[in-house]
Amino acid sequence: MKEGPASQEKVIRLEDVTAGYQRGKPVIDGIDLEVCRNDFLAVIGPNGGGKSTLIKVILGLLEPWHGTVEVLGGPPGQAWGEVGYVPQVMPEETFPITVMDVVLMGRLKSAGRPGWFGGKDRRRAMEDLERLDVADLAYTDMNSLSGGQKQRVLIARALAGDPEILMLDEPVASVDHETQESFFNLLARMNENMTIVMVTHDVGAVSSHIKSIACINRLLVSHGDTISQETVSRAYGCPFELISHGGVPHRVLGRNDEGSRR
Amino acid sequence: MNGILSYTFMQNALAVSVLASIAAGIMGTLVTVNRMSALAGSIAHASFGGLGLAYAAGFDPLAGATGFAVLSSLGIAAISSSSSRRSGTAMAAVWATGMATGLVFIKLSGTYAADLMSWLFGSLLAVSSRDILYAGALDVVVLLVVTVFYKEFLAVSYDGQFSRLQGVPVNLFRIVFLVLTALTAVLLMRVTGLIMVIAMLSIPPAIAEMFTGSLRRMMVLSSALAAVFSVSGLLLATVLDLPPGAVIILISALCYTVALLVDRARSARA
Repeated sequence: MKEGPASQEKVIRLEDVTAGYQRGKPVIDGIDLEVCRNDFLAVIGPNGGGKSTLIKVILGLLEPWHGTVEVLGGPPGQAWGEVGYVPQVMPEETFPITVMDVVLMGRLKSAGRPGWFGGKDRRRAMEDLERLDVADLAYTDMNSLSGGQKQRVLIARALAGDPEILMLDEPVASVDHETQESFFNLLARMNENMTIVMVTHDVGAVSSHIKSIACINRLLVSHGDTISQETVSRAYGCPFELISHGGVPHRVLGRNDEGSRR
Repeated sequence: MNGILSYTFMQNALAVSVLASIAAGIMGTLVTVNRMSALAGSIAHASFGGLGLAYAAGFDPLAGATGFAVLSSLGIAAISSSSSRRSGTAMAAVWATGMATGLVFIKLSGTYAADLMSWLFGSLLAVSSRDILYAGALDVVVLLVVTVFYKEFLAVSYDGQFSRLQGVPVNLFRIVFLVLTALTAVLLMRVTGLIMVIAMLSIPPAIAEMFTGSLRRMMVLSSALAAVFSVSGLLLATVLDLPPGAVIILISALCYTVALLVDRARSARA
């Protein structure tokens, strides 16, 4: 894991946030979380543990039952357009749309006015496709792409709106191992001038690029720049494979509270 | 054939067929990519209640059908926005309630069965210049709204959640979409009858989707296909002395089958 972000400016702040879909059954409960500018936060936890719900609350797509959410100093709805969102890739879905048209969706807020997208928006969309090495696919059908290519297109779409924060939901779920590595390198490069929050249930994805980690299973089990096997086990409710994963740097293991910022 | 075309009723029928195809292709494409065919069927059947009420109360059936179609589409929008799981039930309830209301009113009004049949199975050969006006006006509205807000309609259909994050008023666009679909469904009732409205809204886009990868081209192709089906169906029906609505649907279904076979053969080769 890398050193934490240099900036202490909080771009995301959650205070005692509880939210869910069914009355009496909160999916996330009493969450306090702060994310600094230029942080690279991985949110891990078991399936159904509330990771995606947390993302929805931060994005302002789901109203919390109580608690306060602040994104870039205001309510999440106000930050729409400043926050780039990369949803999970749905491999089976089909829709008659080209890659270019998908990326242009990220320009909706910037374009503002009704009518067709102009040359400026198209040039910008092309630049983002180039950044992600998929410019040659610009005019192909989205359905014909592989999982990894779709993922890159969805990231290009999120970048097209010039966001300050990038939120990714399970970005490597439908991507093979090799693609994962180049994908994380890419995120690390973007992290130089962008705050990144990434949800994953795959602890293997907790690579050496992230700066801090939050573990959530309804409650926020831990948040800091280190995490112990014990806390992760507590979150998942069972012994955990963190040890068996060779790619996780030694620092991630075994240093429970030391150096934790909470 | 030339003789037939010189009759005013035939010219009216052709005009309504072509004009209705434009709205049907555009709205049908949006209905198809949003997986909302059941909703279109539900709205069409609900409008039967408005027909019944119009006959019973003695006002214009077209106005009655339009009113009920728009109200039911707004009702479905309200129910399904509060819970998407309930939208299936809402559609089924609206579908059946509309039909039941219509039947009760029609029994009370003592309307002659033939009038009823014309709405259920279409009455292309009996359309008036007022129907042409309705169709033309609807085309203008649909073309204008969908052209000006094309990028928003595309975005909301493809990924509503992301569109919201871009500040698009997603619910407003859903309501506009439903109301325009309702108006198109009422227009198509004149062509194929309310029982076959779903076919007109879903078969041409389903064929078009096999042969294009963009929403815009799918709309254009759907409208063209709908026009070909309805004009050829109308002419064939006149020559064979069969009901035009039924012949239009049979031609559409036949072409859909052929398109499916072609598509399967293509993907087998690839």
